[in-house]
Amino acid sequence: MATVNQNDQRIIEYDVRTDEMLVNMGPQHPATHGVMRLVLRTDGEIVSEVTPHIGYLHRCAEKIGENLTPRQWVPYTDRMDYLAGMNMNLGWALCVEKLLDYDLPEKGRHLRVIITELCRIASHLVGMGTYGLDLGTFSPFLYAFREREKILDLFEEACGARLTYSYLTPGGATADLPNGWIDACETFLEQFEPCITEYHTLLTTNAIFIKRTANVGILSPEMAINYGCTGPVLRGSGVDYDLRRDGEERYTEMYDGYAFEVICERDGHYPNDHDYPPVPPDAVLGDCWHRFYVRMLEVMQAIDLVRQGIEKYRSAEGNWGVPIKLTTKLPKGEVYLETEAPRGQMGFYLVSDGNAIPWRVRARSGCFSNLSVAHELCNGSPIADIPAVIGSLDIVMGEIDR
Amino acid sequence: MAQDLLSRLKGKFGDSITGANTENMDPWIEVAPEAIVEVSKYLSTEPDLKFDMLNCISGVDYLHTDEKKAKKVDWEPHTQVVYHLSSISNKHTLVLKVILPRWKDGKEGQLPEVPSVAGVWRTADWHEREVYDLNGIFFTGHPNLRRILCPEDWVGHPLRKDYEQPLEYHGIRGR
Repeated sequence: MATVNQNDQRIIEYDVRTDEMLVNMGPQHPATHGVMRLVLRTDGEIVSEVTPHIGYLHRCAEKIGENLTPRQWVPYTDRMDYLAGMNMNLGWALCVEKLLDYDLPEKGRHLRVIITELCRIASHLVGMGTYGLDLGTFSPFLYAFREREKILDLFEEACGARLTYSYLTPGGATADLPNGWIDACETFLEQFEPCITEYHTLLTTNAIFIKRTANVGILSPEMAINYGCTGPVLRGSGVDYDLRRDGEERYTEMYDGYAFEVICERDGHYPNDHDYPPVPPDAVLGDCWHRFYVRMLEVMQAIDLVRQGIEKYRSAEGNWGVPIKLTTKLPKGEVYLETEAPRGQMGFYLVSDGNAIPWRVRARSGCFSNLSVAHELCNGSPIADIPAVIGSLDIVMGEIDR
Repeated sequence: MAQDLLSRLKGKFGDSITGANTENMDPWIEVAPEAIVEVSKYLSTEPDLKFDMLNCISGVDYLHTDEKKAKKVDWEPHTQVVYHLSSISNKHTLVLKVILPRWKDGKEGQLPEVPSVAGVWRTADWHEREVYDLNGIFFTGHPNLRRILCPEDWVGHPLRKDYEQPLEYHGIRGR
């Protein structure tokens, strides 16, 4: 049953018994981040049960993968987390490369770091902007999209697409970065960095924003791990775990020689937090505000990683990694590999019986597990907090429904 | 690591550990269906193992619908449930497998059964619903085993190799 915080000043009617009512939220409610339906059991204003209904975007990409070669399936991975297509491509590419035991040339490695970290920025910008929308402020969304647009322009220059890239494929990337791209990217980072302060003013330190998010939807580290929550949701609860550091060797060696610290609170402090706004006194570790804050700090971290990547890319020898042939026979065996996508750990499981077409492919979505914890976070909270909690999980339905 | 763990589990659970493959890139350990909950509890609580996170549950169906191809392979038709585990604190991973017949007691239409591990890892709640929905494996003891991605009145389990796409669904043409 719901546990109601009786000291919550916002709730004025907790002792008034009314009839329970089922309220349907979605499937097209803007605050549900796509086509998701939530059925809320409410008693007055208090929600006692939340049941997410998913599957509206289900197209069984896994079944499609059983009929295509790995390279042909790359476009389907784009459409999973369509806000971070590059990271989805990378997860699949690394999984296939693991099965083939293929090692990428050094230049290709740095190219991948630059591209995926840029995509992480773009993805977190949308996450941040739409979170503002969920809570009723429109302007951060516009600011976020203004900068995201420039990243999409860069991606368009590199691969021709703005949303579904299919750029990183098993074997490397479809092309090298074009001439002058690196300089354009550096210029963008120069312009972008001061904008972060704007976002902090608009959201992170905004009094209304803090009221809506601090001490709301608290997720304990034990619960986060038990539910399989990953990415910023896990780190927002203070769990020091990031696959870029702790993952499989095939993935972590991509970040060899890069200096970065996992964004999570240790002893009441975030890494380098003197540069950022302080944690408000109301915020509790694991609440919506902390999840949001981790994303904002990851943007800063990604900028730093892109800069390091550019430096390494410039001096790297060799080519960018030529994609494998379409008809490459896969060795018999099965592999599973997880990568750190912006919204959690994206895992791919590939079973091969020795043909060019896999026997079975499986995509493990980070959002899927992140959303499964929603009912624990929402129980006992007012209806108005539901968008705040669901928004802080930053889900993308394309990835959940696959 | 896999070899040590295998002998340790064999010593503890005996015949419930039905096999293993330590040569594969991700080594796996095969567990009898009736022992999966016990093994999971052991793996998740033992301090030096502490597999506290269940990353993924997948169902894999082994069947060749083409008779010519079926003669060439060395396996009998069966289905597998694959558990990918990892440990946040100890930073290691493990793969468990449960081998099941494609149909319970060989009767077509009767879903094979495996005990649910949702009591050990809550991740399993939704993942088992997905495997039930797409692969047609029944998880006994699951708190709420309903279809999750397909509509509730959907017929069949799409990721089975002998699945046939329906020709019609509520007046929508299938192909």
